[in-house]
Amino acid sequence: MAANKTRLVVIGNGMAGIRTVEELIKMSPDEYDITVFGAEPQPNYNRILLSPVLSGEMAFQETVLNDWGWYQENNITLHAGKPVTKIHRKQCVVSTDDGLSVPYDRLLIATGSNPFMPPIPGIDLPGVVAYRNIQDVEAMLAAAQTGQRAVVIGGGLLGLEAANGLSLRGMDVSVVHINDWLMERQLDKVGGDLLTAELQKRGLNFYLAHQTEAILGKQHVTGLQFKNGLEIDADLVVMAVGIRPNIALAKSAGIHCERGIVVNDTMQTFDPKIYSVGECVQHRGQTYGLVAPLFEQAKVAANHLAEFGRMRYQGSLVSTKLKVTGIDLFSAGDFHAAEGDEELLLQDASRGVYKKLILRNNKLRGAVMYGDTMDGPWYFQMLRDGTDVSEFREHILFGQAHLGDAGRAGASSVMNMADNAEICGCNGINKGMIVKAIIEKKLFTIEEVRAHTKASSSCGSCTGLVEALLANTLGGDYSAPPSKKPMCTCTELSHDDVRDAITQHALDSLPQLMQMLNWKTPDGCASCRPALNFYLLAAAPDTYKDDSHSRFINERVHANIQKDGTYSVIPRIWGGVTSPAELRAIANIADKYEVPTVKFTGGQRLDLLGVTKENLPKMWGDLVAAGFVSGHAYGKALRTVKTCVGSEWCRFGTQDSTGLGIRMEKETWGSWTPHKFKIAVSGCPRNCAEATIKDFGVVCVDSGYELHVGGNGGIKVRVTDFLCKVSTEAEVLEYCGAFMQLYREEAHYLERTAPWIERTGLTHIKQRVVDDASMRAELYTRFLQSQTSAQIDPWKARAEGKDALEYVPLTAIAEMAN
Amino acid sequence: MNTLNWIQIGKLEDIPQQGARTVTTPHGEIAVFRTIDDQVFALDNRCPHKNGPLAQGIIHGHRVTCPLHSWVISLENGEAVAPDAGCAHRYNVKLDNGELLLQLPDKK
Repeated sequence: MAANKTRLVVIGNGMAGIRTVEELIKMSPDEYDITVFGAEPQPNYNRILLSPVLSGEMAFQETVLNDWGWYQENNITLHAGKPVTKIHRKQCVVSTDDGLSVPYDRLLIATGSNPFMPPIPGIDLPGVVAYRNIQDVEAMLAAAQTGQRAVVIGGGLLGLEAANGLSLRGMDVSVVHINDWLMERQLDKVGGDLLTAELQKRGLNFYLAHQTEAILGKQHVTGLQFKNGLEIDADLVVMAVGIRPNIALAKSAGIHCERGIVVNDTMQTFDPKIYSVGECVQHRGQTYGLVAPLFEQAKVAANHLAEFGRMRYQGSLVSTKLKVTGIDLFSAGDFHAAEGDEELLLQDASRGVYKKLILRNNKLRGAVMYGDTMDGPWYFQMLRDGTDVSEFREHILFGQAHLGDAGRAGASSVMNMADNAEICGCNGINKGMIVKAIIEKKLFTIEEVRAHTKASSSCGSCTGLVEALLANTLGGDYSAPPSKKPMCTCTELSHDDVRDAITQHALDSLPQLMQMLNWKTPDGCASCRPALNFYLLAAAPDTYKDDSHSRFINERVHANIQKDGTYSVIPRIWGGVTSPAELRAIANIADKYEVPTVKFTGGQRLDLLGVTKENLPKMWGDLVAAGFVSGHAYGKALRTVKTCVGSEWCRFGTQDSTGLGIRMEKETWGSWTPHKFKIAVSGCPRNCAEATIKDFGVVCVDSGYELHVGGNGGIKVRVTDFLCKVSTEAEVLEYCGAFMQLYREEAHYLERTAPWIERTGLTHIKQRVVDDASMRAELYTRFLQSQTSAQIDPWKARAEGKDALEYVPLTAIAEMAN
Repeated sequence: MNTLNWIQIGKLEDIPQQGARTVTTPHGEIAVFRTIDDQVFALDNRCPHKNGPLAQGIIHGHRVTCPLHSWVISLENGEAVAPDAGCAHRYNVKLDNGELLLQLPDKK
């Protein structure tokens, strides 16, 4: 053991304590000499999987999160089965009853919670057990071998899971609950009644609105007496009326406790050397009993123990799911409507589906779902993000419609899908593979599932399905991504934080930005560098020196890389209108460079595929000589302006859609945007140019121009929102430029206009682009200003020798010396 | 018998920081990388996943992200970063008075 390392002692070998240690080792592997004390003799296991162990769906071994070897590999001293009984804060030492004492520099208390045992007569009788740890489960299983009748006191999450497990083990089970309906903290009465009916069908008996007066029996429990005088028989009584933070040890050491051990936003107790995480903690008046908040706390505590000092825990919103196989139940947030709230209800008794959403000011405050919970994670995300739902409020009860877009329509519930059903079409990952990885590799977050299975890591259209699988497999313990997501693992800052900092500190280079904002890596990663480069460029288009090495290959070399390492070249064809001379020039160039494939694109241009990197600058030289400029088909940039022929030829055309499209493309080409940006102009409402699935679409009508925004084809087809109607072409150009500029200034990198609008709300955009003429004019001016430096043709520059080294090998070694 | 030879391939400044250039050899195309801290590394220019040209990737720290499917490969040993698994062959490369030298076996 290294003598000079800081000593960290962890009291509690459970999920919160060990998760903190894991996070700490990731952040700062060699900083601490770590000792862990655990009251239970086992290594760290997944307490939330005790219910499947009880019901026989899982073996205990499968729930172990960190086996003995893990402690050894990480040089952690583990004292399992040795509860710490005293903390000597003056000497900074902890001790156990059998004489062990260990000094600490930092102490982490993660003692969890104890089951609450109400002071009723008979509570100490043999045959009365709690439901908290593997010893309790073993006691219940032993009782199930001999006894017949079990009574579970407490109709909450834990009590029902225990009742279900015992019933599956063959016992005759009754549930006693003091409230009028089950799970009143997670369900309203309607949902609770549906649940009671379903569980009754499975053979459970219920005594609702019954309060226990006494547990009966002399040597062993024999029955139960209620306040109303009724008596029932019992061979086993399981107490599941709630949990209490385990604060006895902390309290005895004089650490400030209320209901739990009081901590600040850095998870520090009133003693600055002592941190605390998990169910024993009280933070901003709240205590938590689900695992997702514990993981958030663990991350924050580890961050401070590693002396990064950056993160704050700001409390958690939690969601719950009952882990009873075959019963789908989900709840989140506050689902009792208060004054000023609105309730949206969907009740379909014969399908057994019930959904209730509580809205306030068009934002979700709570959700209860029974029967079909596939959209639970979606609602929960909107709840955490405070998403404005007014745009899709009429459909919100029917769920996230896009889940069916990639050929999976009709999948009413992800858990009903077969194991071999393909979830991720990009990487060929089916449901069984994902569920297996979640269980075997103990995955808790969408990021972990992406890393281990690749599902949802390519186009992302299956993210909702994968999140649903996670939520369904893990229950309420699914660790939903925090609503304020860090950009990437190089920082804790979100996209918005970074954009704000760039403006506030007038940052103008990547190294300066990374230093100022304490980037964790020396030069970022492939995820944050392109984003930062764009943000800096958008903030100072005239002065920022674009960093080509922070651009994805396509943007660095101004062509699209193909699977064999060759490139495709798409010259700009303004508004999709070309000429025999242009076509001849393209044909000659295709011949000259022996282009193997020439294809029309969806954006009304020609794609020359299979060009070697070395040939690119020469080919561009020829294209530029023939009058072409770069088509930016490779960039997060203005792509095409698609048009129909319009009033010049079409008997239905109302305006000159082609001419307008060309003018729009001449004004907007070259502009870099957070994601690709497509425009279309249709000459009449027949909409042949498909303007209503473009980022900015113009539909000409007899009296002017309808402007539409935020559409896209592709993975998640989304029809545009109507922005406004204008009467002149000049206005179309101004609104378009202003909209693009707002998108450039506000959206997150790689966020298309559709999700950006869904995130910020159409109202937000209308206020800036439509309602406020002076703001529109300012946006448009900034857009035109940024275009002065953007409309320098990158192909011409490279044909003339810019970045020449990029396109040729360093050297060629023909044969070896000797 | 295979002997190893140090072959001059250019100068450090021929490769931009956070950049890579390729060298065509009888052993195939080799990518030579220069990192932010001016260290140089050489790997086969083929990602162990689907042969993506690693020299075209974004270089960050001592790693490169493949341009085709975003596998992250360590420049120090050619190994894919977990949980991906695979390895791109690594070559010795060194700087001698600003000259870049690549070590290649004399036979294929």
